[in-house]
Amino acid sequence: MESNLITEDKQKNKLEKAFEILKTMASKPSGLIGLTIVLFHVILALISPYIAPYDYKAISPNTMLLAPSAEHWFGTDSLGRDVFTRTILGGRTALTVTFFGSLIALLWGGLLGIFCGLVGGKIDDVVMRVVDAFLSIPWILAMLLIVSLLGTSTEVLIPALGFFYGKGIVRVARAATHDVIAKDFIVSARARGHSNMSIIWNEIIPNVRDAILVEGAMRWSWMLLGFSSLSFLGFGVSPPTPDWGLMISNARGLMSFAYWSVIAPIVGLSSLIIGINLTADAFAKALGIDRSTKAPV
Amino acid sequence: MLLLILKRIGLGLITLFIVSLITFVGVEVLPGDACTTYLEREAYGSALDACIKRLGLDVPAYERYLEWASNVVRGDFGYSLSGEMPINEVLGPRVKNSLVLASVSILIGIPLAIVLGIITALWRDKLPDIMISTITIFSMTIPEFISATLLILIVAIWLGWLPGIVIIPSDATFYELLSNIILPVVAISMIMTAHMARMVRSSVIQVMASDYVQMAILKGVPYWKMVFRHVLPNALLPAINVVALTIAWLLGGVVVTEVVFNYPGLGRLVIESISNRDLPVVQALAIILASIYVGINLIADLMTLMLNPRLKSLQIRK
Repeated sequence: MESNLITEDKQKNKLEKAFEILKTMASKPSGLIGLTIVLFHVILALISPYIAPYDYKAISPNTMLLAPSAEHWFGTDSLGRDVFTRTILGGRTALTVTFFGSLIALLWGGLLGIFCGLVGGKIDDVVMRVVDAFLSIPWILAMLLIVSLLGTSTEVLIPALGFFYGKGIVRVARAATHDVIAKDFIVSARARGHSNMSIIWNEIIPNVRDAILVEGAMRWSWMLLGFSSLSFLGFGVSPPTPDWGLMISNARGLMSFAYWSVIAPIVGLSSLIIGINLTADAFAKALGIDRSTKAPV
Repeated sequence: MLLLILKRIGLGLITLFIVSLITFVGVEVLPGDACTTYLEREAYGSALDACIKRLGLDVPAYERYLEWASNVVRGDFGYSLSGEMPINEVLGPRVKNSLVLASVSILIGIPLAIVLGIITALWRDKLPDIMISTITIFSMTIPEFISATLLILIVAIWLGWLPGIVIIPSDATFYELLSNIILPVVAISMIMTAHMARMVRSSVIQVMASDYVQMAILKGVPYWKMVFRHVLPNALLPAINVVALTIAWLLGGVVVTEVVFNYPGLGRLVIESISNRDLPVVQALAIILASIYVGINLIADLMTLMLNPRLKSLQIRK
């Protein structure tokens, strides 16, 4: 009974802490704007299949390239599909792919980084060399190669994005582990006879978690940029999936007289990327992590 | 000092060696070899045999790697399947075009970034900073293909000032290029300047808070003399490395920008070779782009070493 109370108490503390962080983030205008935009997009992504007025893949020759009107709020595209429907569903695609991609990146990048920071020595040197080598291949070339050989489905895109955006997290996690590992409480945990696993789980992860999470939040926005660039180039999700990058690339050729079909996805994608960036910045500041001088690698 | 430089160069070479291994193994491990990938449904009979012979795919993988690597070291990248000519001939004009685009962007971007970074740092949280910082956040977060598309829509279509798409042969002369590259240069340098200006800003702010600047203020050194003598040299030095990393990271953005403007450079070759499934060219491009990345970082490291008096006397530094 008593132990239950303690865990409940801990749970409550965690929630309170998360709430505190959110409050600090929202206390500045840039953080508040960022949080609002991200929240708006997440809610829209969750409810969009239920509120979409038209079928996103319904092609109709009668409604080609109509200007915005009461029936078609954002107009229609060159195949007669409703741009409003495709824009609100596009956020769903982008958020799903990049959310799971970031999760994979955080997991493997974080764990490998902590491992390297812990063992050090030869293994660490070799792994970091390989990570550096991967970093020096431009992301776009590597992604394009994988996608063109394995196909453009979300089952390929999510792990590929997760893998490629995780290598930067390895560095951050490793550096953070290096900082923690020499501290007194690790030494005393060792002296108390705790196992390696218990030290990793109870001492190291809680102390490097903040740095890794902040890095992950930043990666999320870069991954969204990378994913939409791939779609734009025709190597992301395949049509007729509603996706902003794909919509922009399709509508680009006709934008001299049908600019609405390119403006709507541009506004959607830009606002989400800016929102995530502002949120990540506010998150970093709320946790007291300075990453303003870091290069985006 | 010399030892340090040699060590950096050595590390760079090791990185390139690993990159070559990764691209080679990657192409080996992924399904299909260069010939079946390129020929697709026609991959049978004499066409396949001829292709295999041409690329020498009938020998074991490690032998092929050694031969390929030794050729690359000598500057021979092999044979392009889709162009049916040596890759070096394909690359030549593309490299030149991309170099023009990149160097014009960098020549405009770096000075502009330094000026903007200093202004925003010195007037921190005042009106100039808020205005410039808002613009930089916008231009660094919005993907290149969006800013490029918007540039075409506004400048080329709505205003009709400049051509929206580059229509020049890949071996165009320098002057033909210049008139066509204004919009691509704006698109690339916009995002590059924004990234670098932010780094310069935070670097200057850090130095402004340091003890020696406080000391200079207390000593009564005039404000602008203090800025130029004490702040800038110390603030710009650490920025060099970060700027180098940023330029290298933006290589991916250059690819997208070249596609949007139909610019015949290395970036569009990346897309073309992958669409044509021309794996020998993809391998060559991976090595070249990785060398650019490693090279830029090496130059930045060396510049930091040269410019930092504290490191000159240092023999060994980890």
